[in-house]
Amino acid sequence: MRVALFATCFNDTMWPETPKATVRLLRRLGVDVEFPSKQTCCGQMFTNTGYADEAIPLARKFVDVFEGYDAVVSVSGSCTGSVREQYADLAARSGDAALADGVAKVAPKTYELSEFLVDVLGVTDVGAYFPHRVTYHPTCHSLRMLKVGDKPLQLLRQVRGIDLVELPAADECCGFGGTFAMKNADVSVAMGSDKVRRIRDTEAEVVVAGDNSCLAHIGGLLGRLRSGVRTLHLAEILASTDGDVL
Amino acid sequence: MSAPLAKTTPTFVGMPKFPAMAKDALANTQQRRNLLHATHTIRAKRASVVEEVPQWEALRLNGADVKDEVLANLDSYLLQFEEKLTERGATVHWARDAEEANRIVLDLVRAEGVDEVVKVKSMATQEIELNEALEAAGIHAWETDLAELIIQLGHDRPSHILVPAIHRGRAEIRQIFRQEMGKVGRPAPEDMTDAPRELAEAARLHLREKFLRAKVAISGANFAIADTGTLVVLESEGNGRMCLTLPETLISVVGIEKVLPTWEDLGTFMQLLPRSSTGERMNPYTTMWTGPAEGDGPQNVHVVLIDNGRTRVLADEVGRQTLRCIRCSACLNVCPVYERVGGHAYGSVYPGPIGAVLTPQLRGTSSAIDQSLPYASSLCGACFEVCPVRIDIPRLLVKLRTQVVDEHRGHNSVESRTMQAAAWMFADSRRLAKAQKASTLGGKLLGRRTALGALPWPASSWSSARDVPVPPKETFRQWWDRTGGGQA
Repeated sequence: MRVALFATCFNDTMWPETPKATVRLLRRLGVDVEFPSKQTCCGQMFTNTGYADEAIPLARKFVDVFEGYDAVVSVSGSCTGSVREQYADLAARSGDAALADGVAKVAPKTYELSEFLVDVLGVTDVGAYFPHRVTYHPTCHSLRMLKVGDKPLQLLRQVRGIDLVELPAADECCGFGGTFAMKNADVSVAMGSDKVRRIRDTEAEVVVAGDNSCLAHIGGLLGRLRSGVRTLHLAEILASTDGDVL
Repeated sequence: MSAPLAKTTPTFVGMPKFPAMAKDALANTQQRRNLLHATHTIRAKRASVVEEVPQWEALRLNGADVKDEVLANLDSYLLQFEEKLTERGATVHWARDAEEANRIVLDLVRAEGVDEVVKVKSMATQEIELNEALEAAGIHAWETDLAELIIQLGHDRPSHILVPAIHRGRAEIRQIFRQEMGKVGRPAPEDMTDAPRELAEAARLHLREKFLRAKVAISGANFAIADTGTLVVLESEGNGRMCLTLPETLISVVGIEKVLPTWEDLGTFMQLLPRSSTGERMNPYTTMWTGPAEGDGPQNVHVVLIDNGRTRVLADEVGRQTLRCIRCSACLNVCPVYERVGGHAYGSVYPGPIGAVLTPQLRGTSSAIDQSLPYASSLCGACFEVCPVRIDIPRLLVKLRTQVVDEHRGHNSVESRTMQAAAWMFADSRRLAKAQKASTLGGKLLGRRTALGALPWPASSWSSARDVPVPPKETFRQWWDRTGGGQA
């Protein structure tokens, strides 16, 4: 099986530890993951802000870069959602039949990390060790676009040493919402503040999610409060072992 | 008491766009408390009664299918509906827009020689601003739904489709009743407290006078059944039924998308609507009428079928699904944005997620407010999940955002220039790698700092309340190249 990593522009540039952890984790599980270097951005920021014309070439690029692989593993539920749920609309808008064909082939092979581990590799115990109190925030697009359900929790429950605590009203949006965080900053912060209050109530040391974009918003608010609560991507906890505790 | 929207014009169009209205709404702490409590209560009720229906998903699919069938053949269903109604002695009128609809209603009311009408709660009449049109002609329109009465007496605007006074607390309602009821009819009792029972009793006594006096009633309809010519209204208080049975003349203003093909189809919606809207298994009052009935109820029955932008929505194959909406407001109650800002911030008769897609489709996206509505969402998708007729609101929001951007191409805003520059950078991985060099240089210069402080506009909209992360000293791509894919 030829597996490609889609690092996403945001993680590549701002949160490189996440794709690094994903590579480490997948190799530990025997997957020889490749990083096609021509990849850039899925275009979601453009699509969701209304700039469909700007997103179309990026969808085409995504298809070109990844169509030769059996599976694409992405470190963002949100970007995966864009590929799987929005590319067809972009292809239709472009009127390019070849692009529509390419999307139909590549989109179903594009997975968010927990989907790839549970559904494709069939593992829930990835041999991780993480001796901290952790709470999990399911991000909206992984939950409602991808319908990952409790797959991330199945994986987290098998992590040795972890003290996993439930986050109340976990499935409520943190308020990030891409450019919503800028265009409607006041509402975004109001939503995020409620999320952060609930996270702090759990007394967790770490809040984990499958999207660093949501975590940047949550972490930005936690940081302003000097709360001491860390944000970590799911990949980083799953990559953590006895010899290499994060 | 939170101030009524006295500064704004009677029409919603003149209101400021969403981000400005949302900021004001967020500062209204009393309203935020009321909204939080009310939306969470009704959200939980809905979830529990939906959970007990094992075939809920099949019902949703059926609801969507029935509505899609209607919308695909709307012309023939409407003609069938008109024919059946006419056979049964009702008069059907057609209105292209709000102005035409208001003129028809006004002429009908004038023909009865009255200066007041009683009203059943109706979104369609709010949409066409019928009360304002009647008032301008010297005719008082009395809202008889309890929440609409609170809004009308408080010189306020509805904040919710189903619970118009959701933003008001009991103490506020008591004050409104005490101050205003006496000016337009029977005053509230001197010793009335803010106990819900006493408030409801004051409203009952106040409204009773109006029910018994009024010769004309105006309603909307939840459903209009084509094969029988029947109109259906669902409500919780019985006040609607008083209006629908006591006066001599009944005028119903109905959007053309309200049609259901057959009587049997009603079964699906009688399950979907109450559970989705009030969180009840069955709604307390369902009134159905098929033209006038001899010696019973209104003897002059008029139905005004309004388009008011609906055929334009219908013409759009993707946007058309918005017309499936049965106005249950489940999307409002579950929306994290609505929960915090309430309905007024949307500047639309239809607030919340459905309003953010319906209003710009009905009105077009030429005004600043209509351009801001599709962006009044974090795209979390909770609205689609609860919608009983499966309207894909997030997808429609994105579609409308695209429309807004398309209509402004060539205007050269900061945003469009930024987006185009970013798209150019992402078009080629070498360009991205080059830009990342600047980012990692920034990371190196900032040394051991973990977050940035205040930034200038437009980044300030992020940094005003959130830390900005310092870029890493090495990107993933740089690490991959340096270490030969982590093997070195």
